[in-house]
This record gives sequence, C-alpha cells and structure tokens, in this order.
Amino acid sequence: MSLRVFIPRDSGALAVGADEAAAELTRVAHDRHLPLDLVRPGSRGLYWLEPMLEVDTPAGRVAFGPTTADDVASILDAILSDGEHPLKLGLTEQIPWLKRQTRLTFVRCGIIDPRSIDDYRAHGGYKGLERALKMSSDAIIDDIVKSGLRGRGGAGFPTGTKWRTVAQAGRGQKYICCNADEGDSGTFADRMLMEGDPFMVIEGMTIAGIAVGATRGYIYIRSEYPHAVEAMNAAIEAARRTGYLGDHICHSTDSFDIEVRVGAGAYICGEETSMLESLEGKRGTVRAKPPLPAHKGLFGRPTVINNVLTFSAVPYILDGGAQAYADCGMGRSRGTKPIQLGGNIRHGGLFEVAFGITLGELIDDIGGGTLSGRPVRAVQVGGPLGAYFPRALFDTPFDYEAFAARSGMVGHGGVVVFDDTVDMAKQARFAMEFCAIESCGKCTPCRIGSTRGAETVDKIIAGDRPAANIAVLEDLCNTMKFGSLCALGGLAPIPVLSALAHFPEDFGLAPRRLQAAE
Amino acid sequence: MQNEPWDPTRAAEIIAGLTHKEGPTLVILHALQEAFGHVPAAAEPMVAQALNLSRAEVHGVLTFYPDFRRTPPGRHVLKLCRAEACQAAGGDALAARAETRLGVTFGATTADGAVTLEPTYCLGLCATAPAAMLNERVIGRLDAGKLDALLTEAQP
Repeated sequence: MSLRVFIPRDSGALAVGADEAAAELTRVAHDRHLPLDLVRPGSRGLYWLEPMLEVDTPAGRVAFGPTTADDVASILDAILSDGEHPLKLGLTEQIPWLKRQTRLTFVRCGIIDPRSIDDYRAHGGYKGLERALKMSSDAIIDDIVKSGLRGRGGAGFPTGTKWRTVAQAGRGQKYICCNADEGDSGTFADRMLMEGDPFMVIEGMTIAGIAVGATRGYIYIRSEYPHAVEAMNAAIEAARRTGYLGDHICHSTDSFDIEVRVGAGAYICGEETSMLESLEGKRGTVRAKPPLPAHKGLFGRPTVINNVLTFSAVPYILDGGAQAYADCGMGRSRGTKPIQLGGNIRHGGLFEVAFGITLGELIDDIGGGTLSGRPVRAVQVGGPLGAYFPRALFDTPFDYEAFAARSGMVGHGGVVVFDDTVDMAKQARFAMEFCAIESCGKCTPCRIGSTRGAETVDKIIAGDRPAANIAVLEDLCNTMKFGSLCALGGLAPIPVLSALAHFPEDFGLAPRRLQAAE
Repeated sequence: MQNEPWDPTRAAEIIAGLTHKEGPTLVILHALQEAFGHVPAAAEPMVAQALNLSRAEVHGVLTFYPDFRRTPPGRHVLKLCRAEACQAAGGDALAARAETRLGVTFGATTADGAVTLEPTYCLGLCATAPAAMLNERVIGRLDAGKLDALLTEAQP
C-alpha cells in the first residue's frame, strides 16, 4: 500500500512553499523506499495553514500545517508511527474553521485532483450536466430561477432572468462568456476554483450553453493568474478528450466548446462590456448599455456573461439542488457566498457560508482579528470600489441589500482588514488614484474626475481650505457616481466617501459620533 | 527568461497561425511577446495587415494594455502587489525598499538590465499578503528579508 499524501498546487500555497515541501517529500520517500502517491489538489482555503499537508488514513484525511520543507521528514515519521507532531491538526474535516462552513461551491476544492476528470466524477461531478441533457431549455432555466441564484461577480443580477433573455433572443450563434477577470484586491475565490475545481466551471458553462442554445464559450482569465490559466486549459483539454466538450457532448445532440482567453493587465476588462471588447481584440473600453449583452454581446450576438462563481453554482442546482440552494441565505440573497478574508488578518482564507453572517463575526471570530495583533480599525468590503467600514458597522449582515443600505457593497465578497496604523485619507486618495490608473478613458467623469479627485484629497490632507475642498470632493463624487458609464467611475466614490464619513479625523476634521443603527 | 531575437519571418509564422481565431488581436500580441519578450514597432504593420485593421488600431490595442511591452524587459521581471490587501500588510514599505535597493522607480529597468520592477494590482494572494511575482514564480508573506533575497537572486 502506498501512502496517499496531498499537498496543494494552488498558487496561494505555492507562494508560501508548497512546491518545496512536495519536492522534499518525494525525495525523502524515495530515500526510504516508501511507495508514495502524491496528489496536488487545490487549497482548502485555510491560508494561514498553507502549505497544508494531508494524509489519507482509515479515519479520513489528517492535516499538518503550516509545513516547510524542513518539517517534511519528521511529519513523515509521525504519519508512519501514527504519533504526535507539533504541526498535526487532526482530521481536516474537523478543523473548526472548515467545519463551520456551508460548502456548496467549494465542496470539492482542496479535495480532488484538479487534473483528473475521473476524480471529479467520483466526487459527484457532471451529474448536473447529465440531468440537464435530459431536460428542456425552459426546465433548466426554471431550475436556475427557482434557486434564486444571483450573479456572484458583484452586481447580483438574477441569473435565471439573464439566461432566459438569451434563450429567447432568436436563433443563430450565441455565446457563453465566463468572466474570470477577478481584479478586485482581496478576492481570490475565482482563482481558487479555477485552480482547484476547474471541471465545475466547465460544467456550469456547458449547462448554460445547453440552456440558451450557445455552442461556443470563452473564459476570460486575467494574466495575473498564470496558474489558473494552466489549470483551465488542462481541464478543457481533458473534457474534450472524454467527450464532455466538443461535438455531441456525451453522445447527445448538444455541442459546446470553450476557449481560454488571457487578459493583458487591464482592471477595467472585468467590466462585462469592456471584457467583450477585449475578447473581440479591441481596446477594453466600456460600451453604453443598452443594448444589453444578452441581446447584443460578443461580436454582436446574444451572450450570457457570468462570473466564475455563478457558473460554478450551476452544477449543484441542476443536480436537484434548486430548492436546497434557495433554502440557504436571507432576504433576496439566496444560497451561499464564498467570502474571502485577506490583508492584515490572522486567519486569512476562503470561508463559504450562507448569506446573513455579520461582518464582525467574520473578522473577529472567524478571522481572529489582525495578524499584527493591533486593533482592527477599518475593513474594506467588496474590492477597491467597496466601502471602508469602521467597527461601529460590524453588525452589518452579509447580504446585498443590507450592505447597500449602509452605502457599501458586498461585491465579490472580498474583505480586507486594516489595523489602527492605517491612514484613511491615504486610502481615499488611493481609491481615486487607482481609478485614474485603471480608467478606460471613455467617459469624462471617470477619466478626469478620478485625477481631480486625487488632487482634491491631496489638498484636504495638506489642510488647504478643507471645508471648501471637501465640498468640491463630494460634488465630484456625485458627478462620477451619476455620470460615469460603468461601475469603475460610478463606484470609485464609495471608498472615498466612506473614509470621509467614518474616519473624518484622518482628514483633519473633528471626529463625529457614528450612528451604528440603520 | 530567454527570448528569441526579433525575426520578421518567425513573427509572420506566429501571426499566420492565429488569424483563424475569433477576435485574435490580443492572442497574437501575447504570442509575439511570449516569443520576443516585447512587441516591437515593426510587428504592428504586420499584425494590422494580417487582420485587415489600420496600424493605428493595432497601436491603440498595444498601448491600452499594461502587459504589452514595446521595448525588451530586463532579464527578470519583479512585480510587487500595490493593492489594498498588500498595503494593509505592509506592502508600501516593501515597495519603497525595492525602489531604493534597485535604484529605479516602478516601471523602469535597472541600469545593468537585470531587473524590471513593475507594480501589479492584485495577484489573488491576499490571504498571504504582501505578495510578489518574480518572472512566473509567486511569493507570499513577503518581508524585508525575503524581498532582499529575491533582489539578490534577480540581480546577483
């Protein structure tokens, strides 16, 4: 019997030495003539424990972490003797951080070998597609509607409605586009899924293709994710080889194929119409809407555009889980939300949970506060265009509407924690500067407003007529909010105004008492 | 990083092999850069002609995207994440340290041609911030010691 050991190939684990640990394990096992079956799955998302080494035992997988190459030999001794080890974490599934989650989308991530379609199938993969192939287009879309699935990319648009529009948009060429341009700082859920469970993304896109009558799909991945590009390409090739992509999928009458396209460093291409322009080979400037991409999308054809997490929720729903999916969550936010904890945090990682958990629970309880050990001062939720919240708003539940009610946004579920050394005026300036760097330049409020915004924050910081310049800044933010073509210019005021509202003392203004209640 | 010297015949081959794709401009520019390390001005009219675009259109695409280079990079490319999660974990101080030690600002290449220092806005390694990428290798939990080791590796 060979020893089955798992060391992630997820880039978050590679960044902290997973390859070195894996190489050392292979070397030590070879020296000891020990038969070794080394699997390189994705990450479980417990990044403070990465690289995490797991070993198969009759009781289940046992975890060790965070490991280094130097620990590998002694860990191997502990495994063989079933003895103790300082890095031993016990049964992986029993680690409280993991146990508290509701994993629907990340159910296989960190468990299966992302290069093996057989492993994917052995863990319930492709059941959703097999059922979809026997259903009518309407019935598939009804399931998606019934699940209450809303786009996980940030905007939260009802997925079923989008699909129905494309399905009803006449005949001829249609497209499925998976938006994998996850550019928001603090977010890495798409990356983890593409690296850890790429067949699920493919399965979700394929079901969408069948539902709306599209035969071609593109997945647009940002160039900052070379490992995700490699994993998706390998999985697409394997799916083609086994008849899960290409002509007559699983001997049915349906055909569908996917191509990976790599971005080129432009944040704006995460905006859906910019992404379409980029896929068409043009500058990634935004399009005015209407027409909606569902009517006139890629190359002017009806197109479904969803995010990686949205497509990944589809196989579960189609495998008879529409009601179960809808039963999770709160209000109009149904299902689970993979929340990403990053920045200055003790227990950073991916935490998938039903909507409704509060921000405070996430940061203090699950995240364990800051890594620096200093008090948490501000948290940015939803990426560079999300609001900065102070502790007084930690009772906000994770729910699209609850965040919007407090002038914030859930976005893609990224939570970035800052300790009390943060300078919020500097962060406000950065938000404007980032918008200036990344603006596509098509509309004036975003292109010029962001540069003027950074200048105006500089004046406020320098104490140059602060009251007058704050009035200018607020006016400018309103112009950007209501006058920009897309969310980049439209949302950039959110971090700026939230920093000003909740942390006025950092702008040289008198602190004011915040109303924590609605 | 080993790149081929510029060769119009080889460039023409690369372009011809990709023109069948839908909307192939970015795919072609990526492939040219992969081969030659950058996309020289001489390639622009070739791409334009193959795709029936104006040279201005190709130039517009090339200059819109931060990834595309019009001049060769250093032998190593070091990207440091400058986005919020890495800022929260001390990234700004590391960025300043890299600039000082290399003697260049972000976007520039050291005088000896060893290192091009570039900013990046999120590598998706926010839970192990601050993060960097040296060529295609990702590095997390960066600190001054690890950064210095990377700089020595890139500029021995």
